[in-house]
Amino acid sequence: MELWFTERHTPNVKFSIKVDHQIYSGNSEFQRIDIFDSKEFGRFLTLDGYMMLTEKDEFIYHEMITHVPMAVHPNPKNILVIGAGDGGVVRELTRYPSVENIDLVEIDELVVEVCKKYLPTTACRFDDPRVHVYYEDGVKFIRRCTDKYDVIIVDSTDPFGPGEGLFTKEFYGSCFKALREDGIMVNQHESPFYDEDAAAMQRSHKRIVESFPISKVYQAHIPTYPSGHWLFGFASKKYHPTNDYNGTKWSMLGLKTRYYNPRLHVGAFALPCYVEELLKDVE
Amino acid sequence: MAELSQVNAPIYEALRKFRRMRVVPFDVPGHKRGRGNMELTEFLGEDCMNVDVNSMKPLDNLCHPVSVIKDAEMLAAEAFGAAHAFFMVGGTTSAVQSMIMYACKEGDKIIMPRNVHRSAINAIILTGAVPVYVNPDVNHKLGIALGMSVAQVEQAILDNPDAKAIMVNNPTYYGICSDLKKITELAHAHGMLVLVDEAHGTHFYFGENFPVTAMAAGADCASVSMHKSGGSLTQSSFLLMGKNINSDYMRQVINLTQTTSASYLLLSSLDISRKRLALGGREIFAQTVEMAEYARSEINEIGGYYAYSRELINGDSIYDFDVSKLSIYTLPIGLAGIEVYDLLRDEYDIQIEFGDIGNVLAYISVGDRKRDIERLISALAEIKRRFGKSEANMLTQEYISPVVAETPRKAFYSTKRSLPLDETAGEVCSEFVMCYPPGIPILAPGELITPEIIEYIKYAKEKGCQMTGTEDLSIERLNVLDI
Repeated sequence: MELWFTERHTPNVKFSIKVDHQIYSGNSEFQRIDIFDSKEFGRFLTLDGYMMLTEKDEFIYHEMITHVPMAVHPNPKNILVIGAGDGGVVRELTRYPSVENIDLVEIDELVVEVCKKYLPTTACRFDDPRVHVYYEDGVKFIRRCTDKYDVIIVDSTDPFGPGEGLFTKEFYGSCFKALREDGIMVNQHESPFYDEDAAAMQRSHKRIVESFPISKVYQAHIPTYPSGHWLFGFASKKYHPTNDYNGTKWSMLGLKTRYYNPRLHVGAFALPCYVEELLKDVE
Repeated sequence: MAELSQVNAPIYEALRKFRRMRVVPFDVPGHKRGRGNMELTEFLGEDCMNVDVNSMKPLDNLCHPVSVIKDAEMLAAEAFGAAHAFFMVGGTTSAVQSMIMYACKEGDKIIMPRNVHRSAINAIILTGAVPVYVNPDVNHKLGIALGMSVAQVEQAILDNPDAKAIMVNNPTYYGICSDLKKITELAHAHGMLVLVDEAHGTHFYFGENFPVTAMAAGADCASVSMHKSGGSLTQSSFLLMGKNINSDYMRQVINLTQTTSASYLLLSSLDISRKRLALGGREIFAQTVEMAEYARSEINEIGGYYAYSRELINGDSIYDFDVSKLSIYTLPIGLAGIEVYDLLRDEYDIQIEFGDIGNVLAYISVGDRKRDIERLISALAEIKRRFGKSEANMLTQEYISPVVAETPRKAFYSTKRSLPLDETAGEVCSEFVMCYPPGIPILAPGELITPEIIEYIKYAKEKGCQMTGTEDLSIERLNVLDI
């Protein structure tokens, strides 16, 4: 018997992983949640059939979306995470002793429950006393926040489905308002490679550029996401992601990482020409 | 054959049966189930083209219904509590025109509020009826026209005992209702028909705790925009009749202007939507109201904006309020309604129903998703943060009572000349000027142009209102009577 998980990356491209077992399948109010075991990628989580994370490559995504802003901000204490019900971002954040409070806003309670039960590699720090979880729409939560957070991490799904509000200008504007005067927002920024993803990426970038004085993009290589070439947005009120970056200071924290390091931090902001052009088109 | 009930949709069922028969078409439409126009078929879908057919025996004929359309009309009448119902394919405009043309011949008087939709005044031009305007009450803070006060209607009736009918807007675009029951009693006591433009009130018939419907209030005719809150396709509508209307004569009136090739897409959409509301309307509109109430409370929490509701009720010109409407007063944040309307679309990709000088209206329906409501609220909060300014220098919108110099028909058909807008003060206008939406005329044919009106038109243009009605598409010139 052969059982394969397949995701359509474009109408003409498919990506498949051979499945060993299906561990969980359920429907929440918002989406279908599935967890599989595979030989190649270990356990993996999909929402509405879209790959969210695998045990084998999740470290790349979670380290890059977390350590980049945390290393640029000189003293991040109050952090807001939107989405990220799998717990991966929280796991990385709780490694910083300077962090005093982490608010996590996830729309779908079932995602957190399922991940706590079946994905202990990521959902392992929800019991940290600094972590507070709110189950509501991030667009609504952030509307009520002003001048409050040092770092906001937007770990959204895709610009369609339950997460689509997290790609809108009203949301980015609300994030700007919710950040302190030297705050930083980092977001999952889609891929520049396939046409449809690139268009979504440009749309997000345009809206962030219009909302923040500093708006840069950095990249990482994530094998299980469409094309494997993935981007993150770095938007900030005050700090430049590389000019205001002190790699030595971060190294002194002694955090052990598998993907992120100070040289890569600077390098990740150097983008291929075609990506630079896509971004420039909407700036 | 089993007796029909609200679970049936006779036109829809006949179309499905017809499709299965795979009849070879040697009749119109010439696209022949879409095969003759592939680009259109790809765009609209094969299923859609397949049922774009002409009237024929198995599918009945809207101009002279004897089978499935007749059955569907009967079911619609039952669902709305009417004596008879007509399927309309020319929009609620055609329903409004038909009821006025039924009630009035040339020279007959009709009492109506001046803030009617242009379709009512168009019908007056067509028939040559004489309008007797009742100026609506006005809420000066919000700058919106309200319903008609009962005392004013009574005065108009006493002053014009020969009037044939009274027309009522219920609810208004903003959700405001008059005391329909009392107005109906008054009119009937004086032998006048009551015609209700209920374009924005389809849901009153199916939801709970909504204001009274025209049919329940005993009115004689009502035009109902099924395509607004009822979920049918754009341009489809119902004309409802009370027991004192001769529906066979009404059919002849409708056929004066109605197409002889009624679209089965529109007809089936009315049929299916009626079934859906009859079976599930209570739940559908409970959800709609819940979303509207939630949005209202969140928007009022932002500050500055005022999303109004039942607290406006004053027992007369705001006799009741439709809580499914999300009307928002914007002037306290220093922006005209039309400016907020444009910002929502240009900055946030959100299209709302309309913006006027002081208000915006977001149309809420069961098709909305909670997350989209959150977006709308957040976008309004962001507009206030990014674009809000002082309230000073904002013109409040005022309802300007018109001075009627000529009947609309005479003004429309008489010799006219074109003048630059600034030179028209003191002249009699021969055409409409209005913001669309909402399509309520600032000037109607036959009305005196005053400096106040010119200033209003210029301000509305400057703020970005979409002005329509005039021969000159740029609204720099107006046609006036050449006397």
